[in-house]
Amino acid sequence: MLTMLVFAPAVTAVVILLWRAVPDRAVRWIWVVVSGAEVAAVAALWIGYDGGIGYEVNRPWIPGVRSGYHLGVDGLSLPLLALTTVIFGACAVYSLRHTDRPRRFAALFLALETTCLGLFSALDLIVFFVFFDLSIVGMYAVIAGWGHGAQAARSALKFFLYTFVGSLALLVGFIGLFLAAAPHTFDMVELTAQMPLAGQGAAGGLVLLAIAVGLAVKTPTFPFHTWLPPAHTDAPAAGSAVLAGVLLKMGTYGFVRIAMPMLPEAWRRHALVAVVVGVVSVLYGALVALAQTSFKRMVAYTSVNHMGYIVLAVGAAGLISGTDVEARSVAVTGAVTQMVSHGLITGALFLLAGVLFDRGGTYEMGAYGGLAADTPRFAALTTVAAFASLGLPAFSGFIAEFQIFTGSFGSAPVATGLAVPGIVLTAALLLWAVHRLFLGPSRHALTAAADLRAAETAAVAPLLALALVIGIFPRPLLDLIEPAARTAADLVAR
Amino acid sequence: MTAVLWTLVGVPAVAGAVLASGGRRLSRAAPGVAVLVAAAVLALAVTAAARRPHVEVAFIARGSFGLVVDGLAGAVLVAVAAVTLLVLVFSVGDIAEGRARFFGLMLVFLAAVLLTVTAATLPALLIGWEIMGATSYALIAFDRHDDTRVSAGTTAFLTTRVGDVGLYLAAGATVAAGAGLGLDSLAELPSPWRHVAAAGVLAAAVGKAAQLPLSFWLSRAMLGPSPVSALLHSAAMVAMGGYLLLRLQPLLAATGWAATTTAWVGAGTAVLLGAVAVAQSDLKQLLAASTSAQLGFVFVAAATGGVAGGAAHLIGHAATKALLFLAAGAWLSSLGTRDLRALRGAGRRHRLVGATFTVAALGLAGVPPLALWATKDEIFAAAREFSLPLYVTCLAGAVLSAVYAGKAVGIVLGPLPRHPDAGYDTERVGSRRVSGGERAPLVVLAAGASVLGILALPPVGEVFRRFLDATPPGATATEMLLSGALAVASALMAGWLTFRLPAPAWARAWLGLGTAADRFVARPVLGLARLLARFDDRVLDRAVEAIAPGTLRLARAAARADDAGLDRAVEAIAPGTLRLARSAARADDAGLDRAVRAVAIGTRRLGDLARRPQTGQAHQYYAQAVVGLAAAILVLILVVR
Repeated sequence: MLTMLVFAPAVTAVVILLWRAVPDRAVRWIWVVVSGAEVAAVAALWIGYDGGIGYEVNRPWIPGVRSGYHLGVDGLSLPLLALTTVIFGACAVYSLRHTDRPRRFAALFLALETTCLGLFSALDLIVFFVFFDLSIVGMYAVIAGWGHGAQAARSALKFFLYTFVGSLALLVGFIGLFLAAAPHTFDMVELTAQMPLAGQGAAGGLVLLAIAVGLAVKTPTFPFHTWLPPAHTDAPAAGSAVLAGVLLKMGTYGFVRIAMPMLPEAWRRHALVAVVVGVVSVLYGALVALAQTSFKRMVAYTSVNHMGYIVLAVGAAGLISGTDVEARSVAVTGAVTQMVSHGLITGALFLLAGVLFDRGGTYEMGAYGGLAADTPRFAALTTVAAFASLGLPAFSGFIAEFQIFTGSFGSAPVATGLAVPGIVLTAALLLWAVHRLFLGPSRHALTAAADLRAAETAAVAPLLALALVIGIFPRPLLDLIEPAARTAADLVAR
Repeated sequence: MTAVLWTLVGVPAVAGAVLASGGRRLSRAAPGVAVLVAAAVLALAVTAAARRPHVEVAFIARGSFGLVVDGLAGAVLVAVAAVTLLVLVFSVGDIAEGRARFFGLMLVFLAAVLLTVTAATLPALLIGWEIMGATSYALIAFDRHDDTRVSAGTTAFLTTRVGDVGLYLAAGATVAAGAGLGLDSLAELPSPWRHVAAAGVLAAAVGKAAQLPLSFWLSRAMLGPSPVSALLHSAAMVAMGGYLLLRLQPLLAATGWAATTTAWVGAGTAVLLGAVAVAQSDLKQLLAASTSAQLGFVFVAAATGGVAGGAAHLIGHAATKALLFLAAGAWLSSLGTRDLRALRGAGRRHRLVGATFTVAALGLAGVPPLALWATKDEIFAAAREFSLPLYVTCLAGAVLSAVYAGKAVGIVLGPLPRHPDAGYDTERVGSRRVSGGERAPLVVLAAGASVLGILALPPVGEVFRRFLDATPPGATATEMLLSGALAVASALMAGWLTFRLPAPAWARAWLGLGTAADRFVARPVLGLARLLARFDDRVLDRAVEAIAPGTLRLARAAARADDAGLDRAVEAIAPGTLRLARSAARADDAGLDRAVRAVAIGTRRLGDLARRPQTGQAHQYYAQAVVGLAAAILVLILVVR
């Protein structure tokens, strides 16, 4: 079941590449249908899931190093699997009018979807690593092949090299875990149970350092984020949506799935580093975003800010003295909620940024102004997305950030006190962006024909609707996340 | 019964969202729908106030989503719903463009206020609180083509959100203390979390209620449409800052310092913003400053435990100030100006507007028997028990209220200038008429502004206090007569002096706080942002990018080393080997071969030598044996010795 979910997109990709008789138009619709089926499949998994590790598959793969084809889902991975299928579905719908080599574009995205789904359901470090690296290759191809701007190839290469080096650090850490485990294994469940390197101060710290650096590059946190703005600026809209919506989550997911539960002792000892990095990312990301003149670069930097909240929360969850596990599990719940929330909202913002570029030919906010009168649908959806992104209650971002703040405050009051004003900065920068693009006197040459088209609305609106539903009725999502977050908080306190 | 609460909040929220997102198609239906919804909300609010429902559903871990209507919430609910209905009726005649958006946003705003009023837990409160801020942004910036109005909305949202940070921290404190997120539990938190919570709540209230030092946003917010000011800056948003503190009065009392701080922030705002109001030459600016000052009295009430007086003042002020803003709005759309100099005699031109305005302004001045006279005195009684200096400061604030209200009345009731039209149409081209739909709400509100004082007077006051479960008041008849006389005298003097009243620059400029916030907060933050952005591009990114050419250089150096060193070394091995082979061959010929031959010759010579002793003669063998023996003995002697 899980294997089918993971590999169905890749198989579809191979079929549409090989079966040339299918016309391009049909290819686009096949992509939409398969993406929709993936959403439905995850929904079915969600309904049928009843705690613990669900839908587990475990077959020997490389028995020599005790690495298996081990997949499964739980309350941490299922929300991200759902997010992945939703974002890829939105990209498929958004790309219905895509004309530049649509067959290869669709195939590439379908293959990329497999790597993302595979990573979030992996329960073996080698499987995790393989999907991690394949996703980098896939995204490199998206930016290099379909990116716009003269710098696309360069940005793609920068993205590839930077995140690839990060993945090597990750690999070093994985090998460290493998060697420290007795018996040697790459199985994530066994490693979590074993806690290798517990009681071996320096070695545990070094392995954690390697893993954390690898994940921090992917997340990205300050100061490893500089690959992100150029990659986003030059990536096509759907590529940016996937990059921000799904690929960044691989880093943060790694923290709660690998770093915290497998190296709890080292995590606790160095949790303050994560807290500090988180706070710096929050404030630095927001401030640098405030100074941007390009809409897409600005949204890219808000990702650094939003990911900073997650790092703060997972760091605070490791500061266990004098706090109760329930508060810390609130922080972890908030972190996972933030992953989902950021995926939906920033995915929508990047698709909307794509519309802006498509119509106006630039991301520079100074080139627009007063768009609200001429393109009301575009203005309305972007404004809603901006308010959702600044953490307005009734949207998912509030549920996430509220839990992160309240859950982290007991463990790290000063750091949280410094991070909360980040919401004022994000409010300032997003309102200013809305002002420069849509309000004030008309300063652009676009007409009503530039408003959102049906496919674009159909891609963006569901993302924002989901953010709204989570914001008003968070229970279904939290019922899924909370037990897993509690387990994660317990594991790190061992 | 819980259905009342859900529909109370849900109906305006959904209706408002539909209208706001419906675009032009709904603009015809919007006013009617909005007024109907507001009427339904008023009916539901009355029902809720009577039945006091309570609901609680699971929301997030530790924090349920709870709504409750107690006495305080019930009273404020009815007031908010009534004022909203009247303001919406007025808006039908006042708002001409973007009606679907306007009425939709007003309904969403109303839902947010209702949520704030009924919230029993921090998540519910924050949802209402922040959506209120966001819709106020959209409403102040309603004329979205105008950059200054949009900026004014942004200022309002950002300034109040600075205060909202406090509510997040207060929520963090409750979770850190291991308590639930109920508003009731805040006062019982253990120290130090209780203090964090109190400080956070106070910050949020100061921001929303436009108290010092965050009062400046309210001045810029006056750029919004008049009905928006009438609702947001009288009965609803600003008032919610005061309401929050009335609701959380036990928390202030439990911390001590928070009560004192609240009291002095409120009293200070009442005096300073009162002085600001006196100095204004723009009617809406005068009213805005007055709103801050009047909310200051509510702060004093919350700090000193006079919850009933505070609630009565909040409600009386809602009716009074809504009327004043609507009257200002009526003149603005009729005469096209809000400049007090141009509005001289405006009350004579539109007599009904002038009469109702006068009633409300005299109420604001504290003239008996109008509403705010009695409600204010109930607050002052509690303040006097708290501290005498506080009481005196409050009295000074009351005198200033009488002065600015008297000034406004003196101007609008004054004689019309000879060419009144010359001063009109400074803001827009006025219609020179006030419609019936605009007049009716003024009459209703004037009635409210006249009689709501009974909430603080016996016998209704007793009922009201019981409804609120509050303590009895301490205002004596002497005090009330004194304050009434003081108000009448001050108002008369001010009505006569009008523009001859002092208007120092600091007061005209709202204490310069807006400029200060811009210069010392907004600009430095933006400067820091630009600096960090440059750092990001030029240092951090370049450092990473330097790795690439650095690696390339390293690679080239390695390639050179490869060519020049390793390869040459490898290539040098071949001739070297050849040379070695040749020299080995030479050595072989010249050395080894010769050596072998020499060994052969040497061996042969040795063989010849060895053959010589072997003569075959026994005596020679014997002599050899003797010599050998002698030598052996010699060696033995030498060694042993």
